Amino acid sequence: MAQTMISLNSVTKRFGNSAETAVNALSMEVNQGETVVLVGPSGCGKTTTMKMINRLVEPTSGTITVDGTDVLEQDPVRLRRNIGYVIQSIGLLPHRTVAENIGTVPHLEGWDKKRIDQRTEELASVLELDPALLKRYPSELSGGQRQRVGVARALAADPPVMLMDEPFGAVDPIVRERLQDQFLDIQESLKKTIVFVTHDIDEAIKMADRIAILNRGGIIEQYAPPEEILREPANDFVKQFVGAERGLKRLALINVSDIEVEEGPVVSSSTTADDARKIMEEFGQDWTAVVDDGELRGWVNSAALEGKEVVGEAETRKFSAYVTARNTLRNALDSIVTSRTQVAVVVDKQERYRGILTLERVSKEIIS
Amino acid sequence: MGGDPIFRWSWVTENSDQILTQLWEHVQLTVIAIVVGLLISLPVAIYVQRHRRVLPPVVGFTGMLYTIPSIALFAFLQAYTGLSFWTAEIGLVSYTLLILIRNIVAGLNAVPTDVKDAALGMGYSRRQLLWRVELPLALPVIVAGIRIATVTIIGLITVTALIGLGGFGHFILTGFRSFSSDASTMMLAGGLFSVALAVFADVVLIGTEKLLAPWAQKGAGRAMAT
Amino acid sequence: MGAEGRGKGDGNVNVLADTFAWFTDPANYSGANSIPLRVMEHVQLSAQPVFLAALLALPVGLYVGHKRRFEFAAISVGNIGRAVPSFGLIAFLFVPTFAWPGVLGYWAVFIAMTLLAIPPILINTSVGIRSVDRDTVEAARGMGMSEWDVLLRIEVPLAVPLIVAGLKTASVQVIATATLGAITSIGGLGRFIIDGMAAGRDDIVLGGAILVALLAILTEVTFSLLEGVLSPRTSSGHRRWFRRTDSESGPPDTQTGPAGLGVA
Repeated sequence: MAQTMISLNSVTKRFGNSAETAVNALSMEVNQGETVVLVGPSGCGKTTTMKMINRLVEPTSGTITVDGTDVLEQDPVRLRRNIGYVIQSIGLLPHRTVAENIGTVPHLEGWDKKRIDQRTEELASVLELDPALLKRYPSELSGGQRQRVGVARALAADPPVMLMDEPFGAVDPIVRERLQDQFLDIQESLKKTIVFVTHDIDEAIKMADRIAILNRGGIIEQYAPPEEILREPANDFVKQFVGAERGLKRLALINVSDIEVEEGPVVSSSTTADDARKIMEEFGQDWTAVVDDGELRGWVNSAALEGKEVVGEAETRKFSAYVTARNTLRNALDSIVTSRTQVAVVVDKQERYRGILTLERVSKEIIS
Repeated sequence: MGGDPIFRWSWVTENSDQILTQLWEHVQLTVIAIVVGLLISLPVAIYVQRHRRVLPPVVGFTGMLYTIPSIALFAFLQAYTGLSFWTAEIGLVSYTLLILIRNIVAGLNAVPTDVKDAALGMGYSRRQLLWRVELPLALPVIVAGIRIATVTIIGLITVTALIGLGGFGHFILTGFRSFSSDASTMMLAGGLFSVALAVFADVVLIGTEKLLAPWAQKGAGRAMAT
Repeated sequence: MGAEGRGKGDGNVNVLADTFAWFTDPANYSGANSIPLRVMEHVQLSAQPVFLAALLALPVGLYVGHKRRFEFAAISVGNIGRAVPSFGLIAFLFVPTFAWPGVLGYWAVFIAMTLLAIPPILINTSVGIRSVDRDTVEAARGMGMSEWDVLLRIEVPLAVPLIVAGLKTASVQVIATATLGAITSIGGLGRFIIDGMAAGRDDIVLGGAILVALLAILTEVTFSLLEGVLSPRTSSGHRRWFRRTDSESGPPDTQTGPAGLGVA
């Protein structure tokens, strides 16, 4: 049974004397080991909400509990030492080396040097940071490296909870994707409770176990797993926020390995042209794959077989792209649409032929 | 005075004892003024940086002290504290206040907000934030202020010759009042030694900054890069 | 000259009372040593070097700032100006100039004042011009403005606050140097201080010191107001009054602070 790690109860935040509330009576719960992403347009209060959890912002009313204890009853400094905190600009201490930055909280907590060094090296390898960087200063690092140091730093004291505010926002898309993947891997093994804030719905879909879509004033429009939000958006606001192409986005959530591939037309080089044509007809395709001893040679179509006796005599063309078990159905769809054969060819890790995915097969996953 | 040399080198060797005495006086006056100035300015500046409203009156007051010509200030003080070390020091310290406070506040203001945010988020207490993050990062600007204050003070100290001290100003005054052939040498020596001391102090402070803030020299941006 | 002189540090209240008496004594408002005369002398003494220094330093500052060259030289000039003790400068210049026409020591003080006024004006002008947003300048050039136009219509107007701040610093500096210059035979408010100290008359010394301080502060305030008035308006139409604080916390080599950069 999922255990509640963080709970917010009717939390309200009003800044200064304004009547307007940044966050209005927000209630939600985050389970242990879960990654919850807060998304919404600017001004929806997502960052404010997150910052109330570690009391960088004090709630005007309502209660927030972390691991059973009301945060307002704890010393904020102690509270924060137990919560990992990553912000978009990272905020590395410029006057400390990378290693010292990573070891900030352990150092504050009085760990002995050896333990800190060990932990730092451990984290450097987990985050794939070149050990040579540990002695450098932040100003000497690239953007992607800094983000990773920021994450390592947040993990250093092994806090059960992590708060992350657009942690991958400050880098270019290619680096961002790598960082996201890397973080997902780490999270798989560490299973921290994470509250993640972003304005990018695609990032939310990728990273979240559950997504909370917030509207102005911290109103939760929908709080559900990504799949559900895409399949059944609660209202027009959510629909609009999620954006067009919900179908494609849902496809991105399903892996090729999750579904059964179909058998497609397959011949070997020694198959006669006539037999090959029969097989093509059977499958209702104008082409057939050529596989010899499990090895995928390519494909031939009827035009290529013209005047040939055996498949082997015809010119075999390579498939323009393959998908593997790790790819998503969205990649498969892209493959289908861009290939001459109008199917996605599925191969395994050794590039051996597994089967095909047709448009109908892929659509079936969405249309229910 | 026509045929007197502008500068007689042998005078320096002849009077090396006196020169060292005056050097010592000059250095003493400088160091005490800067140290006391810092001791006053640091807490005031930290307070002012947190409570912005206090800034204009503080700047106004210290600015006024700074505007008053030093001889007037020394003259004013000596009526109360006589021709003493304290008269000079009170005056000198007053001159350091504006520069130091202004620079400490500017330095603290220049610390990037996201560094402070991240530090607080990680669990630095306010005091740890000030001493371990804000002040170290403000150091380059603070040292710049100390450099300006030091060089200014070293020059001002020569004026205290008129109230019985002077450091190297002693030679300037003596030379000015004397009719000997060494008058020019003394005045020039006083001035040049003072400048030399100022340059030396400046270099030492730059070196100290490099030692205390090695990160400020590295990387594409200066210390404030993120 | 009035009441008997008091010794040094002889009790605060007495000195103040004596000073007050000195200020209110009508005898001190006429004759060769009168208060108004000395004030006038001081202002006259101070104004000329500032003009001369401005005449020399402004064009150079404009050039250095506009062309963005010789910046290191300009900064060095500023640093030297700060380090050179004006006392030493006056004393040193006294020897070669003591035979020149006019009051004994006048030329020494005059040259010293001019030299010391140059660095703040030079530095502030060049930094002020250099700090004008490059994009604005580029846009102006792109529109077809000549270099002179760019300088006079764009850069100078935007740099005016800093330039005025430089003149302010120079003026207060000069007032201070003129005071010190009284160690020679020149007139001005320094006479009260120097002669008072020689005669053991603390009341006169204090009176002179107060007058000089007031003059300096008045000059500073007037220039600051001028600076504020001439500050460029922000887009909201408000003048940026905090420009003053801004310029004072500007880069360390900007001599925008009040007075005595360098010395008394």
